[in-house]
Amino acid sequence: MDKTPTLVLDDKTRRMIDQMIIAERRHLAKRRDEEACACREGMFPRNTAANRRSVLFAAGSTAAAAAMLATAARAAERKAPPGAEFFEPPADPTKELGRAVAADGGYGSRSQFETEVRWRFPTANEYTSWSMTPLDQMVGTLTPSGLHFERHHGGIPTIDPSKHMLFVHGMVQTGKKFSMADLKRFPYIVRKNFIECSGNGLTEWVKPTLKTVQGTHGLISTSEWTGVPFAAIAREVGLKQGAAWVLAEGADAAVMTRSIPLEKMLKDAILAYGQNGEAIRPEQGYPLRLILPGWEGNTHIKWLRRLELSDKPFMTREETSKYTDLMANGKARQFSFDMEAKSVITFPSGEMKLPGPGFYNISGLAWSGRGRVQSVDVSIDGGKAWYPARLDTGPEPISTVRFSFPWSWNGEGCVLQSRCTDETGYVQPTLAQLTAIRGANGPFGSIYHLNAIQSWAVAADGSVSNVHA
Amino acid sequence: MSMRKISWAAACLIVVLAPLHAFGQTQQASYGFGSAARPEELAAFFGIPPDGAGLPPGSGDAAKGATVYAEKCAACHGKQLEGNPAKGIGGDKLLGGRGTLASKTPIKTVESYWPYATTLFDYVKRAMPFNAPGSLSDDDVYSVVAYILSEAKIIKPADKMNATTLPKVVMPNRDGFEPDPRPEVQLYR
Repeated sequence: MDKTPTLVLDDKTRRMIDQMIIAERRHLAKRRDEEACACREGMFPRNTAANRRSVLFAAGSTAAAAAMLATAARAAERKAPPGAEFFEPPADPTKELGRAVAADGGYGSRSQFETEVRWRFPTANEYTSWSMTPLDQMVGTLTPSGLHFERHHGGIPTIDPSKHMLFVHGMVQTGKKFSMADLKRFPYIVRKNFIECSGNGLTEWVKPTLKTVQGTHGLISTSEWTGVPFAAIAREVGLKQGAAWVLAEGADAAVMTRSIPLEKMLKDAILAYGQNGEAIRPEQGYPLRLILPGWEGNTHIKWLRRLELSDKPFMTREETSKYTDLMANGKARQFSFDMEAKSVITFPSGEMKLPGPGFYNISGLAWSGRGRVQSVDVSIDGGKAWYPARLDTGPEPISTVRFSFPWSWNGEGCVLQSRCTDETGYVQPTLAQLTAIRGANGPFGSIYHLNAIQSWAVAADGSVSNVHA
Repeated sequence: MSMRKISWAAACLIVVLAPLHAFGQTQQASYGFGSAARPEELAAFFGIPPDGAGLPPGSGDAAKGATVYAEKCAACHGKQLEGNPAKGIGGDKLLGGRGTLASKTPIKTVESYWPYATTLFDYVKRAMPFNAPGSLSDDDVYSVVAYILSEAKIIKPADKMNATTLPKVVMPNRDGFEPDPRPEVQLYR
């Protein structure tokens, strides 16, 4: 068998990957400008505004240029990053009053010193595109709603919840419609589940391509979802004998549709209106989103307006021409719903720089679409020896776990990896294992469902980079 | 079972069930929330499966479809249906690629990859043109679908597409899909 499988990519995918490299490069350059290289200092505090000014001054060769730069720097400093508001930091916050209570209008924002943002994958068309969660800067397991990754096929619709209806019809006793107020009267369930796009990591099959963990793994986010179990609605409308599939349809310009097996819908599907303690965000499907715990993100239909029960799948565009996995023999796997066990080290990760030998608390995320994370192992020698990591959070079904591993770096080059085992006994594979199975007849044929072990190389100078090891 | 045993069992049952009473006032068979969906409301929806159920009346052919295509589709999908990757557009290639799926450079298009012609109708009616989704008449959708299928040499140029003929179209990659074989058992410890 070919040891280094060649990825089969259609020309569109190849273009996509090229564009993605450019987008990440642009994002990194911007971050370097903004933060005077905080990115290369990894977890260490960003430069203060004063530092930044001195850096800019030093860059100017003449007094005039320096003055111009200083003005530019002051203007830049007054600008807050997205999701924040600018306030002049006092010299000593204990010597003057802070801001008045509720002066923010009653809805808070993040600190102006926190700059991380989702960056958009630069598809040619900005209405059908996606954006990635900055995993490298995140702590804990929940993704702030404003940093939850996005995938849209026709832009983000504005939906008035007082006019929004969910229709449930087809092979049911009584076709019904439910307003948001109706839905909120049902007993609800609350679940902490991740959503992962099946295209997460699509650039990484053949060679390490993107530099940061945001680029390689940023299409996973975790939220606490609140909503009505589909089973309750099913009882309300009454299912007809023979119903086996449900078409879920969104109220966006793409009128997104996916066919979902009824078995899954009855098992754990949630019609969610709540995300992380408040209404679901517009870009996540406001006012109603289908949550299918552990299944590929594309099936979690946003702006959900219709569920049609049927005895067969509808074979929509998204489950035939897209989100199918073309194998080397020319056949494509269809309805490949499960997101399998996966983990990634987020600190240290690509583009960070460790300041020198010493103690580092390796940290990362692990998850499985088939249940709870059982254990996570960490390797500091590229997968030769494995050590159990500490699970920092209690494993919940189909939810991310934060893990960590205390590590004393001796200053020599090494390769860091993490490996997740879920409660079904499935072990996160190496890339070689995965391609050996799926590419057994030759080159690998699918961009989706990459859950291989990620490797980060730490060089002797402390710089961290994405490698295949 | 003796009477004594039965009453013992009944007593146990009462002991077991009694606390449940404290957890909820009622056991609902139905909540009665929501209201009946009216037929005219449901008539606005569609989702066309391979058997063509729900295909609307109307028809179209490639000749008319060529006009619709030139006006509504060509800007994004190319005059020759070759796609347009330009910035701000990014329309998929629709033609070509037959026989490439098992090669090192597979080209996935309507012609080479899509298993059902009904999907093309459903998707065009649903989401196209990209900047004015759902704006085509059913005749226009039938026509433009006929044009694409005809250009792909899947139907003859004179073939009319309608609710009867469309589901009978056999796409080249009709049998190109298989159920997900995962989990891959080699990956269990």
